[in-house]
Amino acid sequence: MSIALLLDMTASSDPGRQAIVCDDQRVTAGQLDALARGGAGVLEASGCEHVVYVGLGGLMLPVLMFAAARSGRPFTPLNYRLSDRGISELIARLPAPLVVADEGYLGVAAGSEVRVVSSDEFVKRAASAPPCEHFPDPDDVAVVLFTSGTTSAPKAVELTHGNLTSYVTTTVDFASADPADAALICVPPYHIAGVGAALSNLYAGRKMVYLTQFDPYEWVSLVEREHVTNATVVPTMLDRVVGVLAEGDHRLPTLRNLAYGGAKVNLPLLRKALELLPNVGFVNAYGLTETSSTIAILTPEDHRDAVRGDDERFSRRLGSVGRPVPGIEIEIRDDRGSVVGPGTSGELFVRGGQVASRYSGLGSALDEAGWFATRDLATVDEDGYLFLGGRSDDTIIRGGENIAPAEIEDVLVEHPDVGNVVVVGAEDDHWGQAIVAVVIPAAGSRPDPDALRQYVRDSLRGSRTPDRVVFVDEFPTNATGKILRREIVERLTAGAPVP
Amino acid sequence: MIVVRAGQSLSDLRCGGAPMVALDARPNHVGIDPEFAVGTVLGKRYVATDGAELLVTKPGQGTLSIGVVPLVVKEAAPLPASD
Repeated sequence: MSIALLLDMTASSDPGRQAIVCDDQRVTAGQLDALARGGAGVLEASGCEHVVYVGLGGLMLPVLMFAAARSGRPFTPLNYRLSDRGISELIARLPAPLVVADEGYLGVAAGSEVRVVSSDEFVKRAASAPPCEHFPDPDDVAVVLFTSGTTSAPKAVELTHGNLTSYVTTTVDFASADPADAALICVPPYHIAGVGAALSNLYAGRKMVYLTQFDPYEWVSLVEREHVTNATVVPTMLDRVVGVLAEGDHRLPTLRNLAYGGAKVNLPLLRKALELLPNVGFVNAYGLTETSSTIAILTPEDHRDAVRGDDERFSRRLGSVGRPVPGIEIEIRDDRGSVVGPGTSGELFVRGGQVASRYSGLGSALDEAGWFATRDLATVDEDGYLFLGGRSDDTIIRGGENIAPAEIEDVLVEHPDVGNVVVVGAEDDHWGQAIVAVVIPAAGSRPDPDALRQYVRDSLRGSRTPDRVVFVDEFPTNATGKILRREIVERLTAGAPVP
Repeated sequence: MIVVRAGQSLSDLRCGGAPMVALDARPNHVGIDPEFAVGTVLGKRYVATDGAELLVTKPGQGTLSIGVVPLVVKEAAPLPASD
């Protein structure tokens, strides 16, 4: 099954339905289908082996993704925020590519043999090109995404047609959305959530409203103008939207469902969001590039049960990423690789049709039994709710003891003087690594370092007390809100101020 | 029609009462048996008793069956949209 079949089904069931709204463009399912057919013809005629996109996304993402699928070629949206050099290094890793680029990025392959065509030109040619249609196998690669590389060099994840269609058809009911439903998409095109959003909203029959350059006021205004019912945000976006909502001028009456994910949302921010949008169903979505987007969901009902707060078992689930979606199996393994039961921490392993099995040039991503190591620390509770404890690479080893930064962060972020906090290990002659709490103070407060250390000591074992507390104005983050811990550690080590 | 989950039973898969053939096989056009003419719905998943599962990518008037036992529509538990 090819991802193009998802578009075939949508276009054949309701070709006149408005499928995409992007700036002043409105495109029906039938028009998208025609563009993808013609686009496949353009790609076929080009003789390229791989299709690359450098740009802001919006309409171009589904057009190119489906055109590439119909022409039987893999597709890679690249992070347009990288330097020209960073982009050309990634392009050089892909075979005989054709690059489609937005106006501002036409120079990305300057000085190389790589062919570049502008997005406008591509769409213009697609409108008149003789259509082409190949039928890729489920094991053929549909999309290659580079991981964000916050903990290591970017890896090229090969998502097959089988991976992506398995994700969509097991987690989304075809044409199940209400005709008036609209999803606001502001995640970038090169992120797995951008790929997932284009596929699953199209399949659900939900109009996609694109906001390609995030701004919280524009986000709120689009929700109102387009009667948006569903939206997905990363934590940094949620933080800024909450800031606008707190001004009290907007109630977002059409919004029914707000999903958040991409990185951890701290609990005080989530509680504030829940309070400001009492009629919205919140969804915490957890997934990785390698898992074709979401593998676990904390549902609106879970959020409501947690907020009611009459049962500790339910209320602590506000910090959970929920339970696995159908088709996903999970295992938590300790240091020796043995599977552990509820309540015991270890590394999370996942298995299922939506999980990628290969990295380009690196080979298999899975163990012999088909399990993928997420490198995320996790526990499950008795009812199967999954709690994440940070990346295993971020573990601090202080005096021989393994310490998960998340454990200390979860405590400190609840202190009224703390706006946000990251705990890292800094090189230390005595302990090997010392625990450093890097804190953004809450607006208008000037916290006392010793008071914060005492606050941690009051609720955790003494070995978890930060050795040092450092104050900063902001954290270095990538575009999807992932905090760049490695950069924080490097700056601490260099003695430079953070950030 | 896409096989989502394979199963032994699919060796006797029928549509409209007639055996189904692979994509590259030559179809043998026969009429729809009126006993098997309830039809299929686009995007619905149909399951057999042994767990085999099909996704309808092009609907039609013939009913899917294993032998003479019709497949049943799989009622999926709705998940909230997450991306």
